Amino acid sequence: MTQDTRRIVIEGSAVPVRGDDIDTDRIIPARYLRTVTFTGLGQHAFEDDRIDLSKAGKQHPFDMPSFAGARILLANKNFGCGSSREHAPQALMRWGQGISAIVAESFAEIFHANCFSLGIPCVKVDEATCRALMTAAEEQPDLVFRIHLENSTLEAGPRRVNFEMPAGVRQRFLEGSWDSTAELLGNLPQIRKTAAQLPYMRGFAE
Amino acid sequence: MGQTLYDKLFDSHTVAKLPSGQYQLFMGLHLLHEVTSPQAFSSLDERGLSVAYPERSFATADHIIPTHTRLRPLQDSLAEEMLVSLEGNVARHGIPFASPARREQGIVHVLGPELGLTQPGMMICCGDSHTSTHGAFGSLAFGIGTSQVRDVLATQTLTMNRLKVRKIEIYGKLRPGVYAKDVALYVIHRLGVQGGVGFTYEYAGEVVDRFSMDERMTLCNMSIEGGARAGYINPDATTYEYLRGRRFAPSAANWDRAVRYWESVRSDADAVYADVVRLDGSAIEPMVTWGITPGQSVGVSGAVPELSSFPPNERETAEEAYRYMSFEPGQSISGTKVDVAFIGSCTNGRLSDFEEVARLIQKSQRKVAPGVRALIVPGSQDVRQALIDRGYDKLFTDAGFEFREPGCSMCLAMNPDKLQGRQVCASSSNRNFKGRQGSPSGRTLLMSPAMVAAAALAGSVTDARQLFDLR
Repeated sequence: MTQDTRRIVIEGSAVPVRGDDIDTDRIIPARYLRTVTFTGLGQHAFEDDRIDLSKAGKQHPFDMPSFAGARILLANKNFGCGSSREHAPQALMRWGQGISAIVAESFAEIFHANCFSLGIPCVKVDEATCRALMTAAEEQPDLVFRIHLENSTLEAGPRRVNFEMPAGVRQRFLEGSWDSTAELLGNLPQIRKTAAQLPYMRGFAE
Repeated sequence: MGQTLYDKLFDSHTVAKLPSGQYQLFMGLHLLHEVTSPQAFSSLDERGLSVAYPERSFATADHIIPTHTRLRPLQDSLAEEMLVSLEGNVARHGIPFASPARREQGIVHVLGPELGLTQPGMMICCGDSHTSTHGAFGSLAFGIGTSQVRDVLATQTLTMNRLKVRKIEIYGKLRPGVYAKDVALYVIHRLGVQGGVGFTYEYAGEVVDRFSMDERMTLCNMSIEGGARAGYINPDATTYEYLRGRRFAPSAANWDRAVRYWESVRSDADAVYADVVRLDGSAIEPMVTWGITPGQSVGVSGAVPELSSFPPNERETAEEAYRYMSFEPGQSISGTKVDVAFIGSCTNGRLSDFEEVARLIQKSQRKVAPGVRALIVPGSQDVRQALIDRGYDKLFTDAGFEFREPGCSMCLAMNPDKLQGRQVCASSSNRNFKGRQGSPSGRTLLMSPAMVAAAALAGSVTDARQLFDLR
């Protein structure tokens, strides 16, 4: 079975999760890391935040039926900070229909790298744009968002914004070559050469 | 134009510039543990790949390990399955393993340095964000996710972007009762939890120069809490003395050549930095977090900040923190009742942390306050044994502390050590995130081990300088 790993246009409705500095413990609590696979994590995404809000008589966006089919997650600043657990994006891509892209004001670095490893584009937009997109999704949960990686634009209804993404990263999504193991393995001779030049690799022996 | 240590190591470890514009970097040491590696090994197996450099890898079990018993099978069947999986994976791939069964295990970021595996001039990675700890030795060390763990197992390399370097110079002299942990919390408070995104932090200045290796590790450990994926300190005589004679350190015959290499990787005097920040060490007080991010902290004599003190775009987070922590703005942090006191973790679970706590307990002649549960969790079996050899196990238990087996324990509560309900914990760990210590409504106050000890004895947040007469 071969899957199409290319990421060219990502289309779907969007679920906004408001707040800065949402850490990966909140995205997937540590108790669910007691597993040797990633299966079944989706249902536990944001679990404690969801329970907390429901106790207060409110609803987390991940519990609102209107957002149940969302494919795109909208977040604010420093999303995914804290623990390096890849279980966080693994849970998001397994929630509901599966989150396939994240739009935020900024991302924590390890989380960002993990998303890249899983073929989940992280799209950075400025604060005003981000807030406007969140409001648009809240007002019209079935509003279709389209992320075009070919020309780095995002469409949401009449709104059209450009976003930044390094050309090389974008290229790998477009080609579907974001899974890096094969690429890294291709450089085995250079790996050995680099290793041989590092003095600690031979215990500093002459 | 001079280069920073970051530039030098980035260049010497670059295998290739990839078509994407990113870099393929060689990893001198890959540390592994039971939580973030099983899926990486499965994926390796599915692809029919083997481990490229097993001798450059090192594994232990720390996150899920119970600290009250070493009996197998573990009561938690999920934890047992993870441990069995790790034991099988390291045996199959010939990866050195510090085994709980042989009483060798410890927190991965305590063990690496203790064994002399962590050395200056290396690139180091691990599926754990606190890998930044190892930067204390003048290595470049960072946390990675499970897919990247697979990449490193298969190739001993990683795809990375080049980061900027910010020099953080801490000048002056710390006042008595102020520790490396307070410096770490102060830096994050001043620069913010997002301030380090895109940067590696280079810590320097008189305060850092005088720090022991344990203190340097505490500081570098929390770089990630400030958003910096890595933080390092240039290696010096303190570093070399720490390493001499350790199990995996260079042999005496090769020592001089090792030191020459280590000296060569130090940042040049005329190195160029993307940013330089200078902070006055003498202005730092014992710090306590009041909120739900490590940046939300205040000096122990201070109060929970007023909403108006935050820029408008930070007020939402501050309000959420007041609500979750049940703090009122303006309330003094000192006097906050605590239910649990936890001393341990990769931030503050080393011998000198517990030695200082033992000294203070001895000095005060006090016992843990009624109703407070106090845990001493050593960072490794070696730390634990050294404490026993000094008679501190008895000192701790006589004072009302539980003296445990090593592990990550209540830092992230993946083992049975958890807060209950809305308990408040004075903790020497690194994260005060919502639910971090095992109860979805549990509350964490981060502080130095001395401040945790003071809170344990007094039953509430207390200025350790007064309680222990530190002048």
